[in-house]
Amino acid sequence: MAEDLINSFMTGPDEGGRFGKFGGRFVSETLMPLILDLEAEYEKAKTDDSFWAEMDDLWKHYVGRPSPLYYAERLTERLGGAKIYLKRDELNHTGAHKINNVLGQIILARRMGKTRIIAETGAGQHGVATATVCAKFGLKCIVYMGAHDVERQAPNVFRMRLLGAEVVPVTSGRGTLKDAMNDALRDWVTNVRDTFYCIGTVAGPHPYPAMVRDFQSIIGKEVRWQLAAQEGEGRLPDTVIAAIGGGSNAMGLFFPFLDDKSVRIIGVEAGGKGVDDKFEHCASLTGGRPGVLHGNRTYLLQDGDGQILEGFSISAGLDYPGIGPEHSWLHETGRAEYVSITDKEALAAFQLSCETEGIIPALEPSHALAHVQKIAPELPADHIIVMNMCGRGDKDIFTVAKHLGFDMSDTEGREME
Amino acid sequence: MTRIDDTFSRLKDNGKKAFVSYVMAGDPDYDTALEVVKGLPAAGVDIIELGLPFTDPMADGPTIQLAGQRALEAGMTLQKTLDMAAEFRKGDDTTPIVLMGYYNPIYSRGVEQFLADAKAAGIDGLIVVDLPPEEDDELCIPAQAAGLNFIRLATPTTDDKRLPKVLQNTSGFVYYVSITGITGAANAEAGDVGPEVARIKAATDLPVIVGFGIKTPERSEAIARVADGAVVGSAIVEKIGAGESPADVLAFVKSLADGAHRA
Repeated sequence: MAEDLINSFMTGPDEGGRFGKFGGRFVSETLMPLILDLEAEYEKAKTDDSFWAEMDDLWKHYVGRPSPLYYAERLTERLGGAKIYLKRDELNHTGAHKINNVLGQIILARRMGKTRIIAETGAGQHGVATATVCAKFGLKCIVYMGAHDVERQAPNVFRMRLLGAEVVPVTSGRGTLKDAMNDALRDWVTNVRDTFYCIGTVAGPHPYPAMVRDFQSIIGKEVRWQLAAQEGEGRLPDTVIAAIGGGSNAMGLFFPFLDDKSVRIIGVEAGGKGVDDKFEHCASLTGGRPGVLHGNRTYLLQDGDGQILEGFSISAGLDYPGIGPEHSWLHETGRAEYVSITDKEALAAFQLSCETEGIIPALEPSHALAHVQKIAPELPADHIIVMNMCGRGDKDIFTVAKHLGFDMSDTEGREME
Repeated sequence: MTRIDDTFSRLKDNGKKAFVSYVMAGDPDYDTALEVVKGLPAAGVDIIELGLPFTDPMADGPTIQLAGQRALEAGMTLQKTLDMAAEFRKGDDTTPIVLMGYYNPIYSRGVEQFLADAKAAGIDGLIVVDLPPEEDDELCIPAQAAGLNFIRLATPTTDDKRLPKVLQNTSGFVYYVSITGITGAANAEAGDVGPEVARIKAATDLPVIVGFGIKTPERSEAIARVADGAVVGSAIVEKIGAGESPADVLAFVKSLADGAHRA
């Protein structure tokens, strides 16, 4: 399907939850009625002004939206090409874009009379956001987290517990994010009557990919008017760029620009140690092939027999062997480009952001920034790049310290080489 | 008529309920699993469900998850699973084999190729957990066209409004999942299951078999009494996981089968 044969990229998914051949509802029968219920409730909420009024109010007063669109002047000068703007979603309450979506799903859960919220989390950002909103509304919250991640993301585990959530370390499978998602689905299938599954990314069975995208689209919508306010009426970005694990911050930034053909759209996957046949990466699009997992058809890291492989990335938030189905479709239609960035390149970009802008970024958007670093110097000064700074780096300082050879346990501190 | 249809008509003539057993192909290794499977008919098993291992079995409890992991670690693949069925068929041309698993390994091979291979291996039906009726075009309809039964799960959440949709393209039998939950979890209660089976039977002529949460000969009998048969999986797989010999596993299977056949 060539890009020029499609009238609009913003009408999907179809009734079956498909974006082209991707997406769908590949779940067990026990869950199917719940998913249909959720879809019906979401369709109602979508056109209900009172739903969006509640969202807007909380986005403004609880999350702190709109997040600034910030002209990164020193970064622009350093790279010596395109003009770089950062969408500052790391300034949201809880430190990442995740809460944009969680608010929407929890308000929906309340409308559906659900009292028990479950979620999966990798790095812990979605878990913290879910625990936060559940605390705010007095809802019971259970977060499934791979046992391996529980160990390496101890601060976020403690945050969730402070917020009153129960964190369940997942030891099934290999104890990673995908296994956490399996266990969340197992919980849901067992507690169907009172439980709402709050998925953290644009994946899962329909309607999740579309619903999460819609909630995250506030990012791109704000960019549209903010850029026009700063650069003149009607000025669109020339390039929008974001990091991708499951792909929710990227879908949120991209979606409002899909039908603006002049806007170049770039998604950056986690290349880990390099995208080759050893699968030491999480680049589902650049290094995987289509398959069915967690309720949807999408690009997956898998072996020749259809068994799912573990990804690898320095960033726990990108450590997932799949990607949202809409990204798979945008990839196949050619509307968006997808590239990969290695751990090493992301670490260098992490430091660049700290040094030039005084912003300690999360490792996830550091991947996007590393690609900005590659393309900006080749572009003219009137080319505007908007990059989503989707999370802040507090959670990552331990990982980064380790990679930079800085001993955090040494109270005297030690100069970095 | 498939082997599944034949089996049910024979059971009906004899006034007996069906006993269905589940084992994971290749658990703990190919040879041991094959030995168990070959012994199932003599232990009284009417229909064999053969598990196709998958890394991410979202509807299964720990017992079957671990069985899948053991099988995969021992090198099990979709091809070897089909080989195992074909090997069994050499000595038994009447006991139906239903392949049970998840869609991705099948999708990965390609649906057409898979159906041809499965048919050639002597597979009679498919239960694919993550393919609800909404996705019938994927595998269900092509499978029926290829002469394989596509057995659907009905669950406590399948309400009357939805039931016709679930039954529409089902063939062979209907698998009623007795609990909302994963395999090997809570106990199925005959008192709860009976009315549900009656509700489904009012809407279809197909036999209704009940599974999930059946672990003992007594429960196998009690559940079979209120349905057309009972399925046991996790309780058998647990014995295999504990390293019991094929002979001991088959003795346990026989006690379960006898329970169902007493009903």
